[in-house]
Amino acid sequence: MKPAGASVLPVLLPMRVQGVARSLRLSGGHGFALVAVFVLACSVAQAQTRPGEPSILETIWKWTPLLARGFVFNLAISFLAMAIGTLAGLFLGYAQISLLPAVAKTAKFVTHFFRNAPWLVLLFYCMFLLPFQVTLFGATIPIPDWTKATLGLALPVMANVSEIVRGAIQSIPTTQWEAAASLAFNRRQTMWMIIFPQCIKRMLPPWMNLYSILTMATVLASIVGVNEMMTLTQRALSAENRPGLLLAFYSYVLLWFFVYCYPIARWTVRLEARYAVNE
Amino acid sequence: MNGLARERGRQAPYGRAVAAQANVSGANVKPDSGRAAGAKTAGDGRPIVELRDVHQAFGHLEVLKGITFSVPKGGVVCIIGPSGSGKSTLLRCINGLVPIRSGSIRVADFDVHELVTDREKIALRKEVSMVFQQYNLFPHRTALDNVMMAPIHVLNEPRDEVRERALALLAKVGLASKRDAYPGELSGGQQQRVAIARALAMRPEVMLFDEVTAALDPETVKEVLNTIRQLAREGMTCILVTHEMRFAREIADCVLFTDGGTIVESGPPAELFDRPQKERTRAFLSQIL
Repeated sequence: MKPAGASVLPVLLPMRVQGVARSLRLSGGHGFALVAVFVLACSVAQAQTRPGEPSILETIWKWTPLLARGFVFNLAISFLAMAIGTLAGLFLGYAQISLLPAVAKTAKFVTHFFRNAPWLVLLFYCMFLLPFQVTLFGATIPIPDWTKATLGLALPVMANVSEIVRGAIQSIPTTQWEAAASLAFNRRQTMWMIIFPQCIKRMLPPWMNLYSILTMATVLASIVGVNEMMTLTQRALSAENRPGLLLAFYSYVLLWFFVYCYPIARWTVRLEARYAVNE
Repeated sequence: MNGLARERGRQAPYGRAVAAQANVSGANVKPDSGRAAGAKTAGDGRPIVELRDVHQAFGHLEVLKGITFSVPKGGVVCIIGPSGSGKSTLLRCINGLVPIRSGSIRVADFDVHELVTDREKIALRKEVSMVFQQYNLFPHRTALDNVMMAPIHVLNEPRDEVRERALALLAKVGLASKRDAYPGELSGGQQQRVAIARALAMRPEVMLFDEVTAALDPETVKEVLNTIRQLAREGMTCILVTHEMRFAREIADCVLFTDGGTIVESGPPAELFDRPQKERTRAFLSQIL
């Protein structure tokens, strides 16, 4: 027989820090604030509309297909940069814990260099240091701007993934290495069969976080002249040449990014909570 | 058998690198030949584990200060002593997890103190299995997978054969029904028994137990001790670090009392527990018994 009051024993329960963690995340409140800003900006612009001009919402709607095309470009850049960065980062992170000091040191240096360099500077470097075209076997192949921008964004992603991988591997208790060693697994087998599979769960949330950050950073490509959403917004604005449109259009762009990144943020929070419980 | 030969063939570089151990690792394929090889070792009258004047230190901290003892084939040795006396380190030295400063350790045909490369250490660890205080099961694999992984990937044995043996071992430790459970779903005692089954699946010559019941509650301790008792009766060579004095007295052929990195006193359990010669031993036992 269980005593009825068994569940209210004065036991010190584990402290929950979820409140803090959540406040740093994208939340529904941010969405409301954004919509409010958008509505406000539209109203202000509408009030400034001269007679005979189309309404603000009509103007935005007219430009939406073009902006959407730009947004798809943003997504394409984010996917590619993430794929390249992740692949390179996996190798770099693995190299960071290499037993060969030279390899580990080089990997650490590269990781920290690219992790601490401003993204925009890396982007400029890639834009202006890579050639506009290459000549291979007599054929001239142009390198479009957006591929260079993708590479430029992939570099910091690579460095961040490298740190995520290193952190995850080192967060696995050394007793797992010991147990594997006592069962005569070699280092490579231990890594691939025992350590790395346990890391994937731990790497997923920060990796998704990084993807959100990257997606939002893709608009940096507008500065170097890639035809993504931000560039197209600027073009639309200069074509319209109407006062008050600026705020409305930019909050509209923000809304697009929010709608895309919010589900990812929520999903990340859910994964983190689930893995924290199952650990 | 043809498939088996092929498996062995693929492992050839290994076999060549440690030619002396070829017959021993070959013994892993068939249990009978394994026992035969072991019997021969015993027939030589040479102990299967032999430590001579082993010294070990972490930086300036001397952990082992000249440990000498030996274990005959099929013998059961219990190491007791206060915390920090170097018991766990001693076990880790025996399977090469921790290198030693000086002295010699011989296990089966291996001079453990001379093993340098990973490859050599791996050959040794195929013969010496270890069970840890914190179980250290692989949390992302089921109980059955935990038992099967090493024989399949390390010994390169055929999966069907390993599976059969793993199921038999899980049945032996009383966990046949838990084969598809993940470690997180098992109690401490159950996890520890899976860990023992996992170690046994390698068909080792020697089993090392590092305070395997220290993290368990008194009831589950019994399950685990029963499993070890059964092993010892079947003639497995066991070296245990333990705080279970009653169990040590019952099961051990020889008990070593260690303190401060040395063996203070050793002997058959009846003598060491009932008529300890040294003052330090008496003090320790009076605290515990």
